[in-house]
Amino acid sequence: MTIDFETPKPIAQMNTMLQTVAENMMRSTAREFDENEHAIPWDYIEFMHTAMRSMGGAGGLAPQEEKPKEGAEKRPPIGYQRLAAQIEMLAWGDVGYYLITPGGGLGAAAVQAAGTPEQKAKFLARFNEEKPTFAAMCMTEPGAGSDTSAIRARAILDEKTNEWIINGEKIFVTAGDKSFTEYEKLGKGFIVVWASIDPSAGRAGMRAFVVEAGTPGVKITKLEHKLGIRASDTAAISLVDARVPFDNLLGKPTVEKTTTGFKGAMATFDATRPLVAASGLGVARAALEFLKEKLKENGVEIRYGLPRQKLTSIEKDVIDMDVQLRSAWLMVLKAVWMADNKKSNALESSMSKVKAGDVTTKVTQKAVEILGPLGYSREFLLEKWFRDAKITDIYEGTGQINRLVVARQILGYTGAELR
Amino acid sequence: MYSFEPNDEQQMLIDAVGKYAENDLRPAAHDAEESRELPKKLVSKGWELGFLQASTPEAYGGFGERSAVTGVLALEEMAYGDLAGALAVLTPSLFATPVLLGGSEEQKQHYLPKIVGGDWAPYTGALMEMSFDFDPNVLKTTAKAEGDKYILNGEKIFVPFAKDAEALLVYANLDGVTQGFIVEKGSAGLSISDEREKVMGLNALPMYRVKLENVSASRLGGASGHDFELILSAMRVASAAAAVGVARSSFEYAKNYAKERDAFGVKIAQKQAIAFFLAEMATEMEAIRLLTWEAAWKLDNNKEDASTSAYLAQTGAADMAMMVTDRGVQIYGGHGYIRENPVELLMRNGRGFAAMLGLVIL
Repeated sequence: MTIDFETPKPIAQMNTMLQTVAENMMRSTAREFDENEHAIPWDYIEFMHTAMRSMGGAGGLAPQEEKPKEGAEKRPPIGYQRLAAQIEMLAWGDVGYYLITPGGGLGAAAVQAAGTPEQKAKFLARFNEEKPTFAAMCMTEPGAGSDTSAIRARAILDEKTNEWIINGEKIFVTAGDKSFTEYEKLGKGFIVVWASIDPSAGRAGMRAFVVEAGTPGVKITKLEHKLGIRASDTAAISLVDARVPFDNLLGKPTVEKTTTGFKGAMATFDATRPLVAASGLGVARAALEFLKEKLKENGVEIRYGLPRQKLTSIEKDVIDMDVQLRSAWLMVLKAVWMADNKKSNALESSMSKVKAGDVTTKVTQKAVEILGPLGYSREFLLEKWFRDAKITDIYEGTGQINRLVVARQILGYTGAELR
Repeated sequence: MYSFEPNDEQQMLIDAVGKYAENDLRPAAHDAEESRELPKKLVSKGWELGFLQASTPEAYGGFGERSAVTGVLALEEMAYGDLAGALAVLTPSLFATPVLLGGSEEQKQHYLPKIVGGDWAPYTGALMEMSFDFDPNVLKTTAKAEGDKYILNGEKIFVPFAKDAEALLVYANLDGVTQGFIVEKGSAGLSISDEREKVMGLNALPMYRVKLENVSASRLGGASGHDFELILSAMRVASAAAAVGVARSSFEYAKNYAKERDAFGVKIAQKQAIAFFLAEMATEMEAIRLLTWEAAWKLDNNKEDASTSAYLAQTGAADMAMMVTDRGVQIYGGHGYIRENPVELLMRNGRGFAAMLGLVIL
């Protein structure tokens, strides 16, 4: 090994192809689905599903394992790196669309992180079948956001039927509607619901349950109207005496005085934080490229290489945006490279999310500011990217929660020592 | 294929330089700054780590190949120890590296074995000039061709070890293009200030003002000259790497202090205001470190946009170093303002990255 920044060939090839998809399929209709919130872009969903299947497996948020050819030299794994690059490019096209790219999403990621081999086999196979299929993660509740210990959802075992009975209210479920509602055009999806099997045990009692689409007692109660990412549905889901089979509890059902269950959720986030960061940076890159293009059209060149004292204010801003965007992307790359190489990346993962949350928000804000009316007008997508960008610093742990995670790691503090 | 792991050889170098930085440079930094004097032994010990020697091919008396990536890894470590010390140890590079990058075969043969073959010796470089918008591509010092020699006129500032320098590499404006010129010790018309330069930080590094009045010099690379962009980029990534090292030093001091200092019944690091400061410092350092690595890698691999990357790394690093070293002082509170504590020097040194260029090269 030695330090290397060359983009692996398979990733470069994939990027070229995805850029075409982004330009032709996403950019062209992004405005339409921003203005018609809750309309479903079936063309995109079906196209992406077919394309991903023909490429050897619909991905979602779990990296594809590379199957080495007989006799071929074993190459270092790049599954997460490929995924990050893919997500960045799709988000460059449109992040709302990206979020409804068919596949397992965070739901499958939870199964990957906390499930047994049997559960992985059982629940994950469906994403590669004929119809596009979704899965979602239900963690947040009206009274529990980043503080997951406040989760009130409850699961009780009915020993007679060997089923879990789940009650609770979940909100902010990305792709919750497409995962749970049984649409004709979709395969049967599922939601992963976090609930306690022993509230007295605190986080140690927290478990994740696979709840299949259409399960009785579960209802989509609301689809949110949002600042941005409007092509992506965000559902509120209520569970009233919803029954799921015993084996749908991911991992171990016994309550030990450990926080295994909670750690399962956190492990999911270690893997997915740099991917969420990547999605934000795709939006930021779109905004920065648009800004440069408009400046160029108007005869403004960015004179790289000049001392700062000779630069205009706009040049300084653009150069700073270049620095921020590129360095944030390199942090994402490092975090996913570590994941691919089975190195613990809890710190790098959270740092990349802290950085990307900041950069995505600031770059899009600055681009709108610099372009004035061109930035604010709905004639262009920039104002939409500004709205889409903001979610990056919020979901998958706000910038503040991720700072807390980073701080605990660098200081060697527990949650009790640094609250 | 992406990789963020130094190779074994680089790791050995990082470890060796890191040890020198931690055990030798760091403890000496305060007294060196206050007394405006770096112990000779300290500099020769750094020189003996053999960084420049290992970056010079065997044909010129060294034992390796130059790599900007290896350079930024080593320099971050060294600057973490002490910036003045690191710049002193690497001062001969200010002459040797441009010769390696742009010199004629004859110049390489003449100078490099002398420099890398012996003890640390003051060979140096002179780039900066006293103007608020100093631009390395638009120098006020001029060069005019006269036969096969060049006549230099102008004034250079912040030239490390100029007083004793065996030879200086002076950058000047030749028909609108920056080129390096070799000026030998004692050349007619060359005058070096008796007084050392006084700047906000870096007091342990002896720097001088250099006047050139019709000084006869030879052009780096001979009659056809050289690519200055390459040298400039090598200076930019070096500046960025050193900035990361200085920032890390302040961050480490501040982190340890915050874990020791009590307030309101807890350590101040247990307060989110301080903890978030530290988290952001760590994040910004890592961001610029990676940007610097990538720029260095692009230089090593002759990528088309290498010089833009080097420029961005330098620019970003100057901001980052200011932000991190400022917060280092802030976390120490009143104690940070007192010169007995290390963070105020790091803040002074941290500001220098926005003002200075050409004091280090890789």
